[in-house]
Amino acid sequence: MKVIVNIQLKNGVLDPQGKAVHHALASLKFDEVGDVRIGKQIILEVATDDQAKAKERVTVMCEELLANTVIENYTIEFPAC
Amino acid sequence: MLVAVAVFPGTNCEIDTKYAFEKLGQEVVLVFHKEEKLPEGTDLVVLPGGFSYGDYLRSAAIAKFSPIMKAVIAFAQQGGKVLGICNGFQMLVEARLLPGAMKRNENVHFISQFHHLKVVHNDNTFLRRCSVGEVLNIPIAHGEGSFYIDPEGLKELYAKHQVLLTYCDEKGTPQNPNGSIDAIAGICNEAKNVFGLMPHPERAIEAILGSDDGVKMLRGFLD
Repeated sequence: MKVIVNIQLKNGVLDPQGKAVHHALASLKFDEVGDVRIGKQIILEVATDDQAKAKERVTVMCEELLANTVIENYTIEFPAC
Repeated sequence: MLVAVAVFPGTNCEIDTKYAFEKLGQEVVLVFHKEEKLPEGTDLVVLPGGFSYGDYLRSAAIAKFSPIMKAVIAFAQQGGKVLGICNGFQMLVEARLLPGAMKRNENVHFISQFHHLKVVHNDNTFLRRCSVGEVLNIPIAHGEGSFYIDPEGLKELYAKHQVLLTYCDEKGTPQNPNGSIDAIAGICNEAKNVFGLMPHPERAIEAILGSDDGVKMLRGFLD
């Protein structure tokens, strides 16, 4: 089963990469962009058919390793495929 | 004094660190990350700078699960002295031995240069030979050294004298190279046995190479 983990800096934590990209977009005249936040996506192949169980295990993975919960939030998604 | 310097794949400051403590007359042992125990009689553990495990995922995120880190965490929890320099500081916050977190530098660049630091609190082993307000000149070399902590955590750091050093110019005026909260360059834990800083005191031990201000810092651990 494929599990997608998205990790972003928490609101209120300055994202310097996002800020740099926002600046670059503005210099390319994409003035409609109000804000840019850059995160990371981790795609896991988990050996189970049980979505609830997978979510439980992936949550532990996020808390222990994949995200630094001091500064980052994460979401867990199951792509339809 | 016996100094154990932990070595992870990607660590690159272990020899400088060993050299610095040996120059101060101490016995130094390099300890590989796969070891599960620290050498008998270890007085100080140093987590040196570098790019442990390629700094994949986040700086030092993977190093904290090394076998040796279990021993280091247990050592710290029993009151043993631990110094984390640069990547080592990142390991200490990742392992939650120190509060806060490290972020990408605000200007998104890797910064490698001498930088002045101001001593904020010296009522601890590490900085006891420095005076409060003293300005030191120590190299920094990092891409993810922007220290972050929430406002309550920051208040607590000051209240408990856990802020060790802040970045400044040669006159001591705050100057922030990486966007750290309050320009903080180093902190310690509440029990004052775990110390972390982004600058490299082990690279500032000979005046002919730019500065020997690091000697004063490292000598804090000596009797």
